[in-house]
Amino acid sequence: MYGGPGRGTLRRVTSTQHEGDWDGVRLHIVTGKGGTGKTTVAAALGLALASRGKTVLLCEVEGRQGIAQLFDVPPLPYEERRVVGGPNDGGDLYALAIDTEAALLEYLAMYYRLGRAGKALDRFGVIDFATTIAPGVRDVLLTGKVYEAVNRNRRTKNARKYDAVVLDAPPTGRIAQFLNVNSELAGLAKVGPIRSQADTVTTLLRSRRTAVHLVTLLEDMPVQETIDGIEELRHDRLPVGGVVVNLARPAELDDEERALARTGSVDATAVRRNLEAVGVRASTALVDGLLAEAREHVERRDLEDGQRKRLSTLDVPRYELPRLPDGVDLGGLYELAAHLCRQGMA
Amino acid sequence: MKTNPRSRSKTRVGPLVATPDDAPDLDVDALLADRSVGIIVCCGSGGVGKTTTSAALALRAAEQGRNAVVLTIDPARRLAQSMGIEKLDNVPRPVPGVSQGSTTRAAGSLDAMMLDMKRTFDEVVESQANPEKAAQILANPFYVALSSSFAGTQEYMAMEKLGQLHAESQETGRYDLIVVDTPPSRSALDFLDSPERLSSFLDGRFIRLLLAPAKGPARLMTAGFGMMTGALGKVLGTQMLSDVQTFVAAFDTLFGGFRQRAQRTYRLLQDEGTAFLVVAAPEPDALREAAYFVERLHEERMPLAGLVLNRASRMPPGGLSAEQALAAAERLDTEAEESAASGPGDGEAGLAAGLLRLHAGRMRIVARENRLRQRFSAAHPHVPTAVVPALSTDVHDLDGLRLIGDLLAQGA
Repeated sequence: MYGGPGRGTLRRVTSTQHEGDWDGVRLHIVTGKGGTGKTTVAAALGLALASRGKTVLLCEVEGRQGIAQLFDVPPLPYEERRVVGGPNDGGDLYALAIDTEAALLEYLAMYYRLGRAGKALDRFGVIDFATTIAPGVRDVLLTGKVYEAVNRNRRTKNARKYDAVVLDAPPTGRIAQFLNVNSELAGLAKVGPIRSQADTVTTLLRSRRTAVHLVTLLEDMPVQETIDGIEELRHDRLPVGGVVVNLARPAELDDEERALARTGSVDATAVRRNLEAVGVRASTALVDGLLAEAREHVERRDLEDGQRKRLSTLDVPRYELPRLPDGVDLGGLYELAAHLCRQGMA
Repeated sequence: MKTNPRSRSKTRVGPLVATPDDAPDLDVDALLADRSVGIIVCCGSGGVGKTTTSAALALRAAEQGRNAVVLTIDPARRLAQSMGIEKLDNVPRPVPGVSQGSTTRAAGSLDAMMLDMKRTFDEVVESQANPEKAAQILANPFYVALSSSFAGTQEYMAMEKLGQLHAESQETGRYDLIVVDTPPSRSALDFLDSPERLSSFLDGRFIRLLLAPAKGPARLMTAGFGMMTGALGKVLGTQMLSDVQTFVAAFDTLFGGFRQRAQRTYRLLQDEGTAFLVVAAPEPDALREAAYFVERLHEERMPLAGLVLNRASRMPPGGLSAEQALAAAERLDTEAEESAASGPGDGEAGLAAGLLRLHAGRMRIVARENRLRQRFSAAHPHVPTAVVPALSTDVHDLDGLRLIGDLLAQGA
């Protein structure tokens, strides 16, 4: 499967006539509470989309180099790098770490012929000021760069055209604010070019070409944050995509078995007999341990079902990714991407 | 000057050689009983259980006789309710239901508060400026944005509030232990970087330049500066530039006070009466952040008490390896298929196979977590560690916090 360090290949899952749930969407924004695995899900979604033969750009904005770590490649510069390439007709996944300062300089060069004034900005500490402190400007620059990548067309000189862009976005608590660049700037920049930039970006973000996906675990707080986040996004007229449940527990026991384990009425003698039959030395400690594990598992699964029920009232498509016992490495990432394909997210 | 913490390049700090061995145990009760420790700061990346850990520690301390206050940032709604702090009023409130301790110990107490970032900022402004000027600053749109939505402001305000609580308890003796939860940022280091960020903002060349014309001799109005403000006006719009200018001019007199406060709190964190607890979960990202933080504390000469490793999977008993369990499960499946061909099976083999698979999954997770833990303790062999096993239910009341407290104390 691997063509070198960090260079994998994408097997095309289907060749033609495939319809994913988000085919009209060009910009996938992935958010979620901290610790839920946003970056992993964004990367898996990028791979899944690429496996459909698309050219995909995966962006991160928080300077954490999470993408490089996942794909086991050197830290990404402010430059689009191909991280995974498909065979012959397959898709490609590119990655970009958006750096605010570089984005500002690029923005200035693109829209204004500033010449020496651009250097002056740097010399007077304006770049520092604008990118670390000036409220909203930072977010406008970050989303602006994403906007630029989404809107490339054939006329754009020397630029790669992407079928889809996946953004590993800030966490749920900050997402509405991050995407709502318009209102964040309101009262600060009422006029001026950065304001019109914000307006253009907002138009894309509120259109059907965008979907904001939320990653959650089946636990109380992340689910609550997801529910609140969706409400906030809807309030701001930002298009809500799907909910991706990450790290779901495996369903090793069926409903009947779960009921037995829940009430502690599993027949320990039968378990022992079955274990002995396949040559496992079934000590009392082992059998009791297995039953205790089962009870704990069922308790957790019951709680998870409760959270699933809460999510199902939200009226958004739900996707589920399993907890990989060995953690997420490159191989695991491909596995998660396949799950997303199978469930129709890509 | 670079203030952007993301572009920081850093040198690892480690033992150079190590034999992976178990880390020393963190004795949580000894830490809580140590009267010379007046501040416990819980740090770590987002989603590792910092809020629960800090609340559990504060409750345990109070029930062991300390007069504790816990400063939380963003507790789960139900936990906040059970601690009586669902209202965000920026003032510590007594937590109902704290048991008053045994007869052998003096009764302790527990107050809790939830940080209101904007209000804390406003209060600092109000305490530093005369009413007229304060009103002018509070109404400035630039200030409103800075104080309510800015990355880093929350961290800085948590630190400010800690400084206030500490000063107050020095004066009145109301608290002898302050437990601080830190904001849910992605990087644990943001907390320590926030005062530096603020003061470098306040000292920034650009701010100085904006102030210079207002201050008198226009000698700084060089060609370069004119070109720069011209360019900036083009990009941001001249109105925003003038808002910034008004804000900076009004804020100028407060700069010194802000910087002093930040420095004072930073020194407080270096004091021996402070103990840092780094909180993590057995995941690569969380442990990587924890490692950065441990190294940073070392560089800053800030006192590290230990690592709390939350949500660890427990090693199941019985000594059956993942491979053995999976192999046995497969044999049971095969036999079940064969007997299904010759007649109805009993379903019990399926249940036993399910149990074995669960066991195998659990063993693999335990093995992976142990590997991650060992990697951390090999690089940081002197960090005392407490391991808190994952609970199968969420913590949302004082009983749950007590249970976490017990597990923390046993978690060596």
